[in-house]
Amino acid sequence: MSVIAPPERTLRPVPQLTAHEVTAPRQTKRWIDWVTTTDHKKIGIMYLVLTFVFFMLGGVEALLMRVQLSVPDNTLLSGQHYNQLLTMHGTTMVFLFVVPVMAGFGNYFVPLMIGARDMAFPRLNAMSFWLLLFGGIVFYATLFYQPPEAGWWSYPPLSSIQFSPSGGQDAWIFLIHLTGISSLLGAINFYVTIVNMRAPGMTWGRLPLFVWAILVYAVLLIIALPPVAAAVTMLLTDRHFGTHFFDPTDHGSPVLWQHLFWFFGHPEVYIMVLPGFGIISEVIPVYSRKPIFGYKAIAASTAVIAFLATLVWAHHMFASPIPIVVMGFFMLSSFLIGIPTGVKIFNWIATLWRGSIVTSAALYFAVGFIAIFVIGGITGIFLATFPVDWQLNDTYFVVAHFHYTIIGGAVFPVFAGLYYWFPKITGRMLNEKLGKASFWVMFIGFNMTFFVQHALGLSGMPRRIYTYAPGLGWSAYNMISTIGSFILGLGVLLTVANVVRNYKHGKLAGPDPWKGNTLEWFTTSPPPANNFDTIPRVRSVEPMRDIRRQVERQTGMTQKTGGSEQFARARSS
Amino acid sequence: MLGLSVLSLALAGSLVAAPAALAHFITPKSGGSPNANQIASLYKIILYIAAVVFVLVEGALFYSILKFRAKKGAVAAQIHGNTRLEIGWTMGAALILVVITVVTFVKLPSIINAPNSDPNGFLSATLNQPTPPNGNKLTICVQGRQYIWRYVYGNGCVNGTFAARLPYSFQEMVVPTNTTVVLAIQSNDVVHSWWVPSLGGKVDAVPGYTTYTWFKIPHPGLFHGQCAELCGRSHAAMTALVRAVPPGQYSAWLIQQKAAIDDANTQVTQLRQTLTSENQL
Repeated sequence: MSVIAPPERTLRPVPQLTAHEVTAPRQTKRWIDWVTTTDHKKIGIMYLVLTFVFFMLGGVEALLMRVQLSVPDNTLLSGQHYNQLLTMHGTTMVFLFVVPVMAGFGNYFVPLMIGARDMAFPRLNAMSFWLLLFGGIVFYATLFYQPPEAGWWSYPPLSSIQFSPSGGQDAWIFLIHLTGISSLLGAINFYVTIVNMRAPGMTWGRLPLFVWAILVYAVLLIIALPPVAAAVTMLLTDRHFGTHFFDPTDHGSPVLWQHLFWFFGHPEVYIMVLPGFGIISEVIPVYSRKPIFGYKAIAASTAVIAFLATLVWAHHMFASPIPIVVMGFFMLSSFLIGIPTGVKIFNWIATLWRGSIVTSAALYFAVGFIAIFVIGGITGIFLATFPVDWQLNDTYFVVAHFHYTIIGGAVFPVFAGLYYWFPKITGRMLNEKLGKASFWVMFIGFNMTFFVQHALGLSGMPRRIYTYAPGLGWSAYNMISTIGSFILGLGVLLTVANVVRNYKHGKLAGPDPWKGNTLEWFTTSPPPANNFDTIPRVRSVEPMRDIRRQVERQTGMTQKTGGSEQFARARSS
Repeated sequence: MLGLSVLSLALAGSLVAAPAALAHFITPKSGGSPNANQIASLYKIILYIAAVVFVLVEGALFYSILKFRAKKGAVAAQIHGNTRLEIGWTMGAALILVVITVVTFVKLPSIINAPNSDPNGFLSATLNQPTPPNGNKLTICVQGRQYIWRYVYGNGCVNGTFAARLPYSFQEMVVPTNTTVVLAIQSNDVVHSWWVPSLGGKVDAVPGYTTYTWFKIPHPGLFHGQCAELCGRSHAAMTALVRAVPPGQYSAWLIQQKAAIDDANTQVTQLRQTLTSENQL
């Protein structure tokens, strides 16, 4: 075996890191460590845990609604309780789960992927997390008096003081403000971190695609959150201080609220799915053992989607009093979004094409995401065609559509990300078999729950009704959907069990169990507080792959998992 | 992975194969009015295009994950991209959307413009939009309130001068066949949404605004509908029923309804006088 003479600059991936880890003697209690931490990794873990708790709560709310709708004329829930549940479910999933869970992954992995030692503003970062927690507490405290019941979109006049006199509506406004400030601070932090703290050599053309997605997510949050903050403040002053912004009896306009809310609400959809797209763009090339197909096209399409996302809001309002020509504009702008989204899907499939695909649980979730999201994208074209939307808007067809896009576009990628990054976060592997079982149960449950809802909407069932009469042709579909929702819930629980079990007892992962492409795999699992002792120079979009090749060249050995599981740092506990 | 492909085939099958028995569940309701029929036919055109896209994309996905799984000795092709291919599929996606746009705007007039009433319809004239070419139509005001629909029959119901004297009904709307019926939709409290699936798309009833839609029912029949915007705790109970009857029967019903309302008013007036004179009111 001929060993090539070592080049001048030598890279030793892991050994240096273990040598330099400093463990100061513990002087405070463990929980105080967590409460006072400004470490992006600890904050990231707290984000992930907290948002998963909210995911469970939102899931239970959804299951209660599904049980209520499983049979016609059900009396399990009253209209009041049903409306409270649908408001809490929507608000929880949007503001307390999907948006912040992406901030959780972003917090943990953006600094690691760009070779930074922390976020740009660590204390601001901690504040973002605590504001999110307080937002959740303010909102869930309404369970002890009266939860809001005007929906997560809270259209006035229903959300006005005359029709929603309870303080629950004000708690909802408070939640929007608290989580809004939380996200805004987080977004500024991400933006500054990504722009200023990249490793040497990491030009914009070598930025990992997940980091691109988080960058665009941050910009969209900065654009979309101020309008909704203004809108809910106007709603608050309408409710309590005598203004009439949305009051039709005093020259105000309920349609103004709809414009302001959806100007935020539609970018919010892409705030939720773009980081998911980013996760997929990391997961698929690693398990295909191939470079991402069309890096530039994927990065550019992320930016184009974000731009278009600010121009499509009124497609939520095709049944509202707006002129036909305006509807035409919003139909075309919504169609346009289909093009960059389609480009992404084609690029992912082309990345799988002629690869050498390692069928891990993370890849299952990634491929499942594409399969589901394609359906959500196609039904989006139906809904963007405004004459067709006149029939479909506010029916279960829409419910099916956005669950295909959000569960498809955000939840499945979050699970893919969880299976992909769990070894890095904890130093231990999740059980792959249980992960695949979880995927299949979730995939089948999901399609069972939501595919039939297209048919429900087409056969005339509106959204948000708490019960329905028998004999309308809706009963069988509702029963199928309810059974499916419990299967979906079971699938989620399998992953929860997987995490709980393997958090302490899983197989040791080593620094690079998947042969990753990006810099987070260059450090130990879990990474030490300072992430990296030496930050390598980045020469391509796959720096870890370059490092692995260099190690192979220097040692003349093919590394099984990128080398150096022997240096795996056991959990410090 | 086999299960995945079977499932996807099942999904594709249910989208592509459109047996008549399932027609109600894969296309929007139609048959009550020309606008609903036109929306359904536009929907079907998009559905056919969508089915092709669905099969191609999901097919490529499943082919690649089945065909290119890691095997001993297999090496992944290190392809970074292909500009011509990428421009190609971008243009392809754009082209499909151009087609859908053109079809939509071709179909649009037949969905939004009200046709003439048939010569044997129930004829009258008003100034409200939308208006059939010859101006002959019947206007009915639809007023949403928590949690019932109220209908005021006849011209002038929007302007209100004589609205108080027009016949009205709740929940069930009676309309003449072969007549272009224009609905002027308003709300007294929160946002509601008027929707009878077989008679066309939904139109929000927003307080402070008047919105319009129309339908023209060829044959007598009964059409179910329901408020489609969350309007409060009994939103689910806010149903609507449209009963289409021949024009002659409609005129008779109108007279009868007017008489019944006048009769009830007289009774209430008498009762009020009696109670007032007995100092109970």
